[in-house]
Amino acid sequence: MMRLSFKRPSILPGFWPSFGYSILYLSLIVLIPLSAIFLKTATGGWARFWEVITSRQVVASYQLSFGASLAAAVINAVFGFLVAWVLVRYQFPGKRLVDALVDLPFALPTAVAGIALTALYAENGWIGRILVHWGVRVAFTRLGVLVALVFIGLPFVVRSVQPVLQDVDREIEEAAASLGAGRWQVFSRVVFPLVRPALLTGFAMSFARALGEYGSVVFISGNMPMRTEITPLLIITKLEQYDYAGATAIAVVMLVASFLMLLAINLLHWHSRKYAEVR
Amino acid sequence: MSAGKGEPLLLRWTLIALALGFMSLFVVLPLAVVFAQAFEKGWATYWAAVSEPDALAAIRLTLLAAGIAVPLNLVFGLAAAWAIAKFQFPGRNLLVTLIDLPFAVSPVISGLIYVLMFGAQGWLGPWLDQHDIRIIFAVPGIVLATVFVTFPFVARELIPLMEAQGADEEEAALVLGAGSWQLFFRITLPNIKWSLLYGVILCTARAMGEFGAVSVVSGHIRGETNTMPLHVEILYNEYNFAAAFAVASLLAILALVTLVLKRLLEGKIRQDSGYVVAAVEGSEV
Repeated sequence: MMRLSFKRPSILPGFWPSFGYSILYLSLIVLIPLSAIFLKTATGGWARFWEVITSRQVVASYQLSFGASLAAAVINAVFGFLVAWVLVRYQFPGKRLVDALVDLPFALPTAVAGIALTALYAENGWIGRILVHWGVRVAFTRLGVLVALVFIGLPFVVRSVQPVLQDVDREIEEAAASLGAGRWQVFSRVVFPLVRPALLTGFAMSFARALGEYGSVVFISGNMPMRTEITPLLIITKLEQYDYAGATAIAVVMLVASFLMLLAINLLHWHSRKYAEVR
Repeated sequence: MSAGKGEPLLLRWTLIALALGFMSLFVVLPLAVVFAQAFEKGWATYWAAVSEPDALAAIRLTLLAAGIAVPLNLVFGLAAAWAIAKFQFPGRNLLVTLIDLPFAVSPVISGLIYVLMFGAQGWLGPWLDQHDIRIIFAVPGIVLATVFVTFPFVARELIPLMEAQGADEEEAALVLGAGSWQLFFRITLPNIKWSLLYGVILCTARAMGEFGAVSVVSGHIRGETNTMPLHVEILYNEYNFAAAFAVASLLAILALVTLVLKRLLEGKIRQDSGYVVAAVEGSEV
């Protein structure tokens, strides 16, 4: 009786059809195609694989992708926290609109974001025109990559910090204040430690999303070899040259990086849930 | 907000100004520039750009891809949520993690995997070629890539909700003699309808806006394998900015409609889950 030993008995119908269909569909759409990447690499030869993923152009792209994603995640952690704080704690006109607009980077197709940011930061654009007076160029430089990644990662931090901030018990703060703590002490010793796990989760999600981002970056970056080429773009470039093995090798490196990020995010989630229970 | 215990007024307004400044710079201005550029050369140019045959073909293909991908992922989301939320079996958590996998994968890789499966040099490439079936650089590839990137949306909305709701109501209905489909349509579906709709809306928005994955498998054949985002890219790379932004503005309107619907539904879902929480708390008293 395999049925009884596999799942806990229930009188509800439909376990095997729904479970079976889910596994089949998951395998066909996700698991088998994803495994193709690893199998393709395994058959391509280790020497060739190593040569591709350590070539100068590819290493330069890792540096840009990791560096810009990290910088964008840091900027998002700071400003995302600020936006979440302002939305939870203060009243001001247009607050509901601002709250709704936080999700725009989730909803706006990345290609649209890409051309909009490029138009904005190009030398004749609304913002680029001003920056050029100070000699700052954003479009078609590494700074442009950073701008696109900040845009794409913004909602993650706000949306993970906001609910936690909302739940912070004001009575703890008042207790701290009545015991003589100043505003800054209350914030740094009481409020911030409560929000820190959520902030870290948001930071990690924003970083992970930035690593794989393609659409919003390719327009503003200008795609200059060794300078403004992100790693996902190199996969496309290799594919366009019919270098499937090369494209796959780079994809493996990226997949491993994103799985590690996924693991880190899950550990953070688990940690913060445990933290919440202890509390 | 208890008066007197908050930050000094000056600090408060400085923080608000900083947050609003950041939001305008990174969210409001990019949105505004789309519409400004789209209408820069007037209504006639705008209308011409969105009604020329290639643009219409791109709109049709985008609707077709979303029209196939969303129902497929809807059925999967319902099946997966039913199995995961209403039953206990080993490996449930692993299954939930695997369902979320497509969100962790770069869009470019989401396209690449299908090229490796079905492309000319891919696993099934020679066989497909013999039978004259085209998947990559054709519509089926675009649909597949769209299904992959929107895969988790419905399931991940339903699983936590249905877990929280438990199986009590369904079990009661069964005891009272309801059939399986009656159970689903009269008990389960009404309980999850708003979250289901929420998942479907997010899924649709992403399906219509996906760029990276679709770009890899499309081959960029004008009027045939161009979706709206790809059409925007082509026009933009041809320096046809007004037309590129005109088509982009349609996608931006779609994004705004998505945000509005999302907001409305979040209110509904909060009411529903508030009801669930109240019911659970009530039963414990």
